[in-house]
Amino acid sequence: MNADVYLSILTGTVVSATPLIYAALGELVVERAGVLNLGVEGMMIVGALAAFAVGVASGSLMVGYLAAIGASMLLALLFAVLTVTLQANQVATGLALTLFGLGLSAFAGRRFAGLPIEGIGALPLPWLRDLPVVGPLLFRFDAAVYGSIALYVLVDWVLSRTRVGLLLRAVGESPAIAHALGQPVTQTRYLAVLFGGAASGVGGAYLSTALTPMWVEGMSAGRGWIALALVVFATWKPLRILMGAYLFGGVTILQLHAQGLGLHIPSEILSMLPYAATIMVLVVICRDPKIILLNQPASLGRSFHPDA
Amino acid sequence: MPELPWRLEKRASPSRIMRVSAPVIAVLAMVATGFVLFALMGKDPVNALDLFFIQPLNTPYGWGELLLKATPLALCALGLAVSFRANVWNIGAEGQLTLGAICGGGVALFWGPQLGALALPATLLAGIVGGAAWAAIPALLRTRFNTSEILVSLMLVYIAQLLLAYLLHGAWRDPEGFNFPQSKAFDDALILPLIMQGQRATIAFPLMLGLAGLSWVFSSRLFVGYRMRVSGDAPAAAAYAGFSETRSVWLALLIGGGAAGLAGICEVAGPIGRLQSDISPGYGFAAIIVAIVGRLQPAGILLAALLMSLLYLGGESVQLGLQLPAAVTGLFQGLLLFYLLAADLFVGFRLRRVADPAVLPA
Repeated sequence: MNADVYLSILTGTVVSATPLIYAALGELVVERAGVLNLGVEGMMIVGALAAFAVGVASGSLMVGYLAAIGASMLLALLFAVLTVTLQANQVATGLALTLFGLGLSAFAGRRFAGLPIEGIGALPLPWLRDLPVVGPLLFRFDAAVYGSIALYVLVDWVLSRTRVGLLLRAVGESPAIAHALGQPVTQTRYLAVLFGGAASGVGGAYLSTALTPMWVEGMSAGRGWIALALVVFATWKPLRILMGAYLFGGVTILQLHAQGLGLHIPSEILSMLPYAATIMVLVVICRDPKIILLNQPASLGRSFHPDA
Repeated sequence: MPELPWRLEKRASPSRIMRVSAPVIAVLAMVATGFVLFALMGKDPVNALDLFFIQPLNTPYGWGELLLKATPLALCALGLAVSFRANVWNIGAEGQLTLGAICGGGVALFWGPQLGALALPATLLAGIVGGAAWAAIPALLRTRFNTSEILVSLMLVYIAQLLLAYLLHGAWRDPEGFNFPQSKAFDDALILPLIMQGQRATIAFPLMLGLAGLSWVFSSRLFVGYRMRVSGDAPAAAAYAGFSETRSVWLALLIGGGAAGLAGICEVAGPIGRLQSDISPGYGFAAIIVAIVGRLQPAGILLAALLMSLLYLGGESVQLGLQLPAAVTGLFQGLLLFYLLAADLFVGFRLRRVADPAVLPA
């Protein structure tokens, strides 16, 4: 064991947490508006394919990321039309979105399997990256990693310090009262769902352009669902999303390094760790019903129709 | 928002005509989308649709395949429907199916010869128990620790698949299998008999039909089924009437898990004949669509399972005939559920033309 191994564990933790941060922060905003979108997995995988396909075709990852945002927002719009306007059951529609996204990406992605792509590179931060210790630890990541921190700061600030955040939380707690006060409930929910779609798209794009720069069918491997669990784990608070995502990133990376650390556990058993850890943290958080009751947006998962 | 000349208006009571016709509308919309999709991909759409929906059923063998693939779909969906009616969202049928295959397969591999005539029933029973035990985890965590059964049952899908891979790469691998991740083939006595020679559907199909009948009795004729429906539709009323939510959650998950486990063991002790790493092309997930499109009713589920089975056959057929990706199946499945959810709107609402939107209250 030497410093390089520790360094690669720490930086690997940050990198594998990044897609979870995007997807979970997006879903957090959606749920704070009172909407439960179980389609995160579907939006992520479509984002992953869109970023990869457009990135390869255009030669620009920037364009690829924009395509991912656009594609995932389209799926989110579909979800919003069905659940917010047409009052469809949010659980069933979210499941439909996930199944549709997985099917669509498997169908459309066949041509892109096995193609190479130039992964997203580290952000050139001259001087900073050459600092001792903190240079390799903090200043050699790609732009999307710094973007995920920036997104956290933005979401936390908007939710807790701005009028928009207040409106969003009011709509999530009591759409009927917000509506009675003349606030635009439907528009707020639409925008929240679209924001969630965009964030999931970036999270998905990160999978196919940075974490493992290639396209593989079903490559999201349950990360959308882990992001949903993170929102519960975080008791709907942005800072805890960040902490939870790094915890999960750490579990994922330790599993990859376990063999090197001298642990002789079969790889299949180690690969179960992130999923088992998800179940365990959910149990720890949920076992006290009061914690959930106090923190969960009161109208979560319930449709609201202004005329009803 | 701009005012439209049409307004959605809540119906006084849900439309029964729309309840029945919404799935039909959804299927038609799916076929129409397929027409456009195939045309966009530069294929003759009529020919492609013929290849997708008609050609697979041109032979008796094809009909056998239809029943073969409909069986696990319907088994999983019948169990899920009991869950969904009780408002318990078990979405991990794929994992319960896998555990059913592992447990039943374990009995078949290690105790098959000793059990003699009891071997096949014991194998099937172990499959049911395995699936139910896997579903007992989300049941325990939901009732005891208030944890979402949606997320737990889904996480357990990944764990189940990794467990199967672990066994097949290690202790259960066939030593003479050229290092493929698969077990030894089951004894012939442990393979479900075929319905008819010349096709591959097994007696799991009539078994499934019998269970569909049982599930109708359970939901529509037994008090316990009624209690579970009330728990799902009106939890407050159920609590007031003294119906235990805990019992309802446990029953919902155990029944769903047991049915999925049976589907799993019927696959490995049927057309597959051994344990291998891919035992299901997502039957457990497609069954969610089957249950919802089938209106959570046994008859509807049977029809929806046949349709979903045809989507699998059609995907293979266009792959062979037109070199289109077989993944078109998953796309059609997702579309079907979306169209149904949209069409369902008109069960509770209707469109009414508005002469002058401006005079309406906002």
